[in-house]
Amino acid sequence: MATAPEEFRSIRIDKEQCAGRMACMRVCPTEAIRVRDRRAFLLPDKCIDCGECVRVCPNHAIVPQTSSFRDFSRFKYTIALPSPVFYSQFGRGVLPASILKALKKVGFDDSYDVACASESVSIAIQEFLDSNDSPRPLISPFCPTIVRLVQIRYPNLLDHLIPIESPMEIAAREAKHVKMRELGLKEHEIGVIYLTPCPAKTIAIRYPPRKKHSFLDGAIAISEIYPTVVQALSQIGGLNGNSSIRGLGLGWPMVGGQVSSLKAEECLAIAGLADVIRILEDIENGKLKDIQYIECNSCPTACVGGSLTVENPYIARGRVLRMIEQFGSKPCQDLEKIRRLYRRKFFSLPGKIPAHPVQPLDQDVSMAIQKLQGKHDLYEKLPKIDCGACGSPTCLTFAEDVVKGSAALEDCVFLAMRKFASMSSSLLETVESHSRKVPYQTDFEKS
Amino acid sequence: MGKPFSHSFIVEGRNFVQAGTASTKIKTMLKELGIDGGVVRRVAIATYEAEMNIVMYANSGTVVLEVTPEVVRLNVNDRGPGISDIDLAMQEGYSTATPEMREMGFGAGMGLPNIKKNADDLRIKSTVGEGTNLEITFRIN
Ligand SMILES: Nc1ncnc2c1ncn2[C@@H]1O[C@H](COP(=O)(O)OP(=O)(O)OP(=O)(O)O)[C@@H](O)[C@H]1O
Ligand code: SF4
Ligand SMILES: [Mg+2]
Repeated sequence: MATAPEEFRSIRIDKEQCAGRMACMRVCPTEAIRVRDRRAFLLPDKCIDCGECVRVCPNHAIVPQTSSFRDFSRFKYTIALPSPVFYSQFGRGVLPASILKALKKVGFDDSYDVACASESVSIAIQEFLDSNDSPRPLISPFCPTIVRLVQIRYPNLLDHLIPIESPMEIAAREAKHVKMRELGLKEHEIGVIYLTPCPAKTIAIRYPPRKKHSFLDGAIAISEIYPTVVQALSQIGGLNGNSSIRGLGLGWPMVGGQVSSLKAEECLAIAGLADVIRILEDIENGKLKDIQYIECNSCPTACVGGSLTVENPYIARGRVLRMIEQFGSKPCQDLEKIRRLYRRKFFSLPGKIPAHPVQPLDQDVSMAIQKLQGKHDLYEKLPKIDCGACGSPTCLTFAEDVVKGSAALEDCVFLAMRKFASMSSSLLETVESHSRKVPYQTDFEKS
Repeated sequence: MGKPFSHSFIVEGRNFVQAGTASTKIKTMLKELGIDGGVVRRVAIATYEAEMNIVMYANSGTVVLEVTPEVVRLNVNDRGPGISDIDLAMQEGYSTATPEMREMGFGAGMGLPNIKKNADDLRIKSTVGEGTNLEITFRIN
């Protein structure tokens, strides 16, 4: 199992760029960011790689840990593997086939479609649902942010993550093996590079949760490669025509894309972390057992709205829908062939996903109990307006930071003000009691 | 031995929007204490069922959570119609849920039996016309 060292997350905060403006802290869904001395810093054990901070930082100080083209010069042969999201980022009429061609113009030796692998994975999921009675509902593991969320907050639900290989891994394995045979190259001589809509995929590639190595060698942000591909496309010309890239796999990057290709009756598609959390809470409470499969996406518009995309997610979604209309009805895979592969365990992932439960307030239960009580007692004294001036995102997290020893009471402006007020009122009292001893009459008393 | 951790939650009858928030917060607290995942899950299921019974049948209620290094205890109190025959209510499948509640996916008559199954100890007291009290205990380890 490739376990990510807890300090390695898919984003990094650039101290030089950070101006401590707290946008990231306020938007972080897991309260993983603090601001101290006008600099933001990350609590890596709480971060789930969702990329929300990347979107909002006014100073572009949140750096996704994606790679650049030059990082792959060590390979003899490079293959670009664009997330199917990539197909939705260009103007009307730009077909997947042209985009794959353009990628070869910008410096990759080859490019390879993932949508077709998505279709086979959909078939594999259906086979799994039909033949396996593991606890329901099963949860999709293809958004790395969701996997991480389950690992840290809902370790009880790890068994619900369906143990099926992701489309990007299936496609990468295929691309590598085809080229190894064709060109007589060794596996390590071929670099397969994902064009990613989000930082989270870098985690799935560097530290795949259920196996030792990914078949991918890195990821480049869609937003980074986009301008050069636009340029290349303008040189290619002749953009219309037919697409060899087809099938329902094209719909995977939008909400409902995974379940729309499933036959299972009881499936849900959830997008946006707040709603995903609500669903996970329900499952943990023992509900939703009659649901078979839940597609969970961290981004509110699923991958077409990933934090490293360029196009407006709703326009991108419209393009995906149009592509499905044009090329979706014709499958690109032979159903029987995929079923055979499924039976030969081509899609299975035997490894277990490790739990990374949030750190308790203290390793010793008695101490943790005291600290939790302290946290809630302090919270009751706070104004509960979550102003953030202390550098913690909410009054409750501030109280937690205090009992953990990483924040001081005076960091709260209200507590500091109250302390100042009581200091000055006692000062006033001293002055007054002192002046009473001195026979002194005001003008008013004299008259 | 130190003082137990204790926190109380208010649950409103018939408020389906708020329903489930006490269970969610209780789970978060137990996770912060580093309580074993299996225990958290059992407490989660029991709290949720108890909370939903207040929402569905009672006017208002409270859930008091108490944690010591040895046990998690829930004290669930409500003002409501009470239960006239507790043995009957404890039977799997027994339910007085209305058709509307059944529409919402409740009323399988599994709530109280599930609480009992997941808890190490369950005590129920109820007075018709006044309310119901559940004391639910879970041993840690
Ligand atoms: N707090 C309560 N106040 C009054 N009556 C209750 C209360 N809790 C349970 N009951 C009664 O006991 C019955 C059985 O409760 P139980 O929780 O086992 O099943 P249910 O609520 O009917 O269905 P389910 O919990 O499966 O959705 C209820 O139908 C109701 O008549
Ligand atoms: S929904 Fe898609 S784009 Fe967003 S974090 Fe998950 S995998 Fe990445
Ligand atoms: Mg019930």
